[in-house]
This record gives sequence, structure tokens and C-alpha cells, in this order.
Amino acid sequence: MRHIISILMENEPGALSRVAGLFSARGYNIESLTVAATEDDTLSRMTIVTDGNDAVIEQIIKQLNKLIDVVKVLDLNDGKHIERELMLIKVKASSAHRDEMKRMCDIFRGRIIDVADNSFTIELTGSSNKLDAFIESLDNTAILETVRTGASGIGRGDRILKL
Amino acid sequence: MTQASTPTDKQETTPQFTGAEILIKCLHEEKVEFVFGYPGGAVLNIYDAIYQQDKFKHILVRHEQAALHAADAYSRSTGKVGIALVTSGPGATNAVTGIATAYMDSIPMVVISGQVPTHAIGEDAFQECDTVGITRPCVKHNFLIKDINDIAPVMKKAFHVAATGRPGPVLVDIPKDITATLEHFEYPKTLEMRSYNPITKGHSGQIKKALKLLAEAKRPMVYTGGGVVLGNASDELTQFLQSLGLPTTSTLMGLGGYPATDKQSLGMLGMHGTYEANMAMQECDVLLAVGARFDDRVIGNPEHFLSRPRTIIHIDIDPSSISKRVKIDVPIVGDVKSVLTDLNDLIKAEKPQQNTDALAEWMQQIEAWRAKKFSEFELDDKLIKPQQVIKTLHEVTKGDAFITSDVGQHQMWAAQYYPFDKPRRWINSGGLGTMGVGLPYAMGAQLAHPDAQVACITGEASIQMCIQELSTCQQFNLPIKVITLNNRYMGMVRQWQEFFYENRYSESYMDALPDFVKLAEAYGHVGMRITDPADVEGALKEAFSPKLKDRLVFMDFITDQSENVFPMVPNGKGLSEMITGKES
Repeated sequence: MRHIISILMENEPGALSRVAGLFSARGYNIESLTVAATEDDTLSRMTIVTDGNDAVIEQIIKQLNKLIDVVKVLDLNDGKHIERELMLIKVKASSAHRDEMKRMCDIFRGRIIDVADNSFTIELTGSSNKLDAFIESLDNTAILETVRTGASGIGRGDRILKL
Repeated sequence: MTQASTPTDKQETTPQFTGAEILIKCLHEEKVEFVFGYPGGAVLNIYDAIYQQDKFKHILVRHEQAALHAADAYSRSTGKVGIALVTSGPGATNAVTGIATAYMDSIPMVVISGQVPTHAIGEDAFQECDTVGITRPCVKHNFLIKDINDIAPVMKKAFHVAATGRPGPVLVDIPKDITATLEHFEYPKTLEMRSYNPITKGHSGQIKKALKLLAEAKRPMVYTGGGVVLGNASDELTQFLQSLGLPTTSTLMGLGGYPATDKQSLGMLGMHGTYEANMAMQECDVLLAVGARFDDRVIGNPEHFLSRPRTIIHIDIDPSSISKRVKIDVPIVGDVKSVLTDLNDLIKAEKPQQNTDALAEWMQQIEAWRAKKFSEFELDDKLIKPQQVIKTLHEVTKGDAFITSDVGQHQMWAAQYYPFDKPRRWINSGGLGTMGVGLPYAMGAQLAHPDAQVACITGEASIQMCIQELSTCQQFNLPIKVITLNNRYMGMVRQWQEFFYENRYSESYMDALPDFVKLAEAYGHVGMRITDPADVEGALKEAFSPKLKDRLVFMDFITDQSENVFPMVPNGKGLSEMITGKES
């Protein structure tokens, strides 16, 4: 099953390496990984999307907690949460396709952020499923380039990850 | 003219020290007795500071790998943190085997490695390597010092992380320029790490549950491991086992945690464990695991192990060890000593009613397994049996020596035929299984216990991996007795090739062996070669006699090449599917 794991860790050089190294050394799957500083500049927050059965996910959480740089780990799947991912996608938009492409973009509530003679660059945010759906809805030949950030997640309401 | 005492005046009068001196002062604060190391360019300033102090002794080895192993064994035999010092580049890479060995067995160590100057990092400088990157997967934690003010807090953290929770090696990488700059020294008095707070006290509800299950069990079994030794919980374990009268078995790493000569001890379990220990482990209905991690060498085929229904209780300080390989029914996260103390207090308070009839029947079944005597071997009047050398060693040393071992058949025979009654006497590489550790391990143990008898049980293949340390032994007058079981093969590899590769002995022979007696004498030691079984006892008695108590004695026992280690749980088989060697 797909899990989103949120990690609060010391903002030290090498902390990212430690987590990535842990996953690769133990053969855990990283579907996506995103990390940045938090409002407290001594702390970073990393979000990893991974896959595995209950036993594997339990081990992943335990191994992450074992890392000295990791302060707190939260499996967002344990409760209600919101997931968002950002995608920048460059699509063919020559005369015949321009209107169609604008319509697709509107349907998915994306925004065209770059306009050129033969292409649009669309900014799209939403769950990873929504982004997958947008890609699938387009003709393969229409897509020139995609850049995705990987999912970030946050708990709903009182579910707060902090020290 | 009066002079008011201002803060700036005070700062000017407080002395400043170089980074190297600060590092040494940190070691003094931590009451370090020995530093095992080898100099090099990046650590010249540190070595200069070592030369000008006398609070700890530096032990110069002949290869950085041996420095790590010796520091490791110093820790294993005392419980203190072992310290090693190596230079950058090849010094650090030579140390990796020793670091990984300590990591796999959870040994508390602080390893200091020199690094090229900060401005040169990342430019492929002379003797530069990414030590922090290379060691990341095989240390508990590592640090790269970027500023002289970081030295003291990092060293305090390093010692704390190494010695607490599940212990492990911590590496501190220190660039050469930082060892030369000047700064004031203050060693932190307290330490707070928000990201590291190991749990030591076990959950009282779980502890109560565990005791109830053990008391009601029909066929209870206690399986102990290295955690009992690392946690210094031998006394608490002994009290626990004796108050409930439970049978117990130990892993390779836990030997000595409970007296092996006591009747409740079934010996070692696992791939080369005793018949009775493996059968009891397989057939029990309630299993208590104490400071052990259900390793593949211990439980054999996991599906087979789980095919017998049993309730499993697991006490461990590392939550990630629990339910990692085998699903645990009653997990208790905590320090082994603390949890066993709580259990003992609970037993005293509640005096639980045990299932005495069922327990008596179970002990009878265990005795029936023991009576099959699958651990017995036959002597020969022409060829020396390696098992006989170990047994005789046990008698000659009264079972009280520090025994270090290399890796292979001799290691298994040492574990099987030298019963350990005390913890921290048996010093070997269990997790990584590193050949070459035996002699440097003996060095570390002998330095820690100068008046004790120290024997290194090894094979002619293993001993050659760190043979240069015979020079270190001479320099520091270490009267180790090296017991080489020489069968002219890499014994364990040959055994597997005999059982599973139809006797195709590929590269497992030992060719061009040196004359070990001459080699030992070349290093200034006493050498002996023993070929006749009738001479074994006399030779060992002579080696351990007062006449040779200040000399290293290298004993080359020419043993029977055809001997195999039994019992054996073959790969993929279950604990009760052992080959005993006595199948007729």
C-alpha cells in the first residue's frame, strides 16, 4: 500500500543523504521525496512517498526514528490528511490544439504560466492522482516535458507534526 | 592606576588551545585510557598533542584495521568506549572493516579520523576521501567538524551516542586546519539532543503480561543474546532464570551472560548450536527473547520456525529489532538490565504460580535430548582433534581466560567447547564475521586486563590476515597465547563445499604456509608446533606456565583436516532439521 511519511529532522548537511541511504541500503522503495526548511530554520521537513505492506512500513518508520538526525516521524496514512503535489508541464500548443489545450487546463484548474508560438507551460497542483489523470488525459505526442515535485502532505485539523 | 576587571580582560587571560589540544582535552574529560591508532599527514597536529600529554596511552598498531579491532575488543572486554585514531584517505578506508565489524555487533566506539584541510575538501586532495559518506551506512552516527568551536560539543555528543541506547561506533572527521587554529576550551557539562532519547524503562503493563505468560507456560524457553552482555545484565538474568527455574539458551554473542556450566543452560543455539538448544527453541510454547535479534544464523528457515505455534515475548532496547524478522506478541522496549530488574521485583512481590507439573515434564524432555550427546566427539591417537584442543584449553585456563577468536570452524568449536561462565570473556566477530580480528582483539583485551590470561583461538587462514600485529604485541609486551588450529584449509568454506558443492574445494586450501614457529620467533616470540595428540595437554600447560607468563606463545596445532562442525542447520532448513554427523 502507498504511504506518505513525513519526517521532521535537524537541518544539517548530510541529513538527506542519511535518509536516502537508509532506503537504498534496506531495499525500501522511494516513489518520491521532497524536503525543505520549516518555519524553524534548525529543522527540515521531508516527505517520502513509499510502498509496502504493514510489516515493511512499520520497519521503515522504526529505522527512520533510529537515525540520530531525525526528530519525529509521522505516517500520514494513520489519519486524515491532505496531499498536494506541483507539476510544471510543457505541452504542444500549435494553432489547431491551442483551444483544446486551454480547455483541458481549465477543466483541471491548472494555470498557463508560459506562452510560446508552439507550446504552453501549465502549472498544476493537486493530489498525485489528479496529476496522473491530467497526463493520461493528454495525447502522448502532446507532452513535451514534465517536472513533478513529489507529494507533500499535512494532517487535517489537530493532527500537527512539530517538536 | 586601578584596573577594573572587564569581560575583555578575562577573555585575554583565559588560555587558548589548538584544535588538536582541545581534542585531546576532550579525551581526558572522558577518562580515556587507551587510544589505538596510526599516524599520518592529516593527523600530525593531533599526534603532536598526544606526544605532549600522559593521561592516556597511545597504542601504535601496524595496520589501521588492527587499531579498530583492538579498540573494539577493549570495549567488549570492559564495557567502556573504545577509541581509535586514523589519518585521512587510506587510513580511514583501512578502518572501514573494523568500523563495520563493531557496528554489526553494536560495540560503543569513538573513531577519530583526520581529514584534509577544509578549503581542500572536494578538490580530490592528497589522501582525501569522503570518510563521512563512506562510513555512513556502517556507523551509528558520524560528524564532520567544520569549526573549531564544534570540537568539544561534537566529542561530548559522540561519546554519548556511542555508549547509550543500542551502542555503536561513532566517527568524528576532523580537518587538519581546524586542528591548528586556536580557541578557548570548555567541555560541555550537560548535553541535550532533541532528536535522540532512547527509551530505557520498559512498559509495566507489558512486563506484567510477560510474567503471566511465562508462569502459565507449559514449555517455556529463554533465548538470550549480545544485548545481555552489552547491557551488563548478567546478574539480573541469572536471578531471573534461577527464581523461575527456566531453561535457557544463548546466541554466539551472548555466551557468558548466564553461566554455561549451570544445568539450566542448554548451550548455544542456531546453525551450529547444540541439539537440545535447537529442539527446545523449536518445541517451546512461550519464548522470551532477551537482548537478541532473531538473526538468520539463529532461527534457520523463518517459515519453519513459525510453523510451531508459540507466544513470543521480546525485550530489546532497539524498537527496530522487534518484529523485524519474526512477529512478536509481547514487545518490551527498554534497557535489558532495567526490564529484568523490574521482572525480578515483580516476581518477588507477586510470587507467581508456575505450571510446575508441565515444567517438570518439559525439563525431562530436554534432558532426553541432551542425553543423545550429539556434542561428543571421538579422539584419535594419530591426528589432533581441534575440539580436543579447545577442551584442554578450557581445563588448563580453568575456564576463566579471555578468549578471542577469528572466524570459521575454529570459532564454532571455541563457542561449543569452551563453556563461559562470565560475560565479556568471549570476544569474537559475530555479526560481520570478520577474519583477522583474533590477534588484534587479543591485544585490546590484554591491554585492558594486563594480569589476565588471554588466548586467541584462530586458524592458519585467519591469523595471516593481521599477522603483522605480532610486532605490536612485541612492542607492548602482550603475553597472548595464540592457539592456531591448523588444518591447511579454510575450514568452514571447505565444510560447505563438502556438504553442498560435492567436494569441489575451490580456493579453500591453504598453500605456501609459513613456518609459524620461525615466524613467531622472528617477531621475538616463542613458537611451538604440536603434531601428536599426546602432546596437546603438555604444550598448553607449558604455554600457560609461570615460565612463559610474560611471553607471547604462538602454538601451531596441526589438526585433523576432515573434521566438520556439528550439529549443523543447513541453509534453508529449520532448527529441528539439524545434521548431527552421527546419522548412521
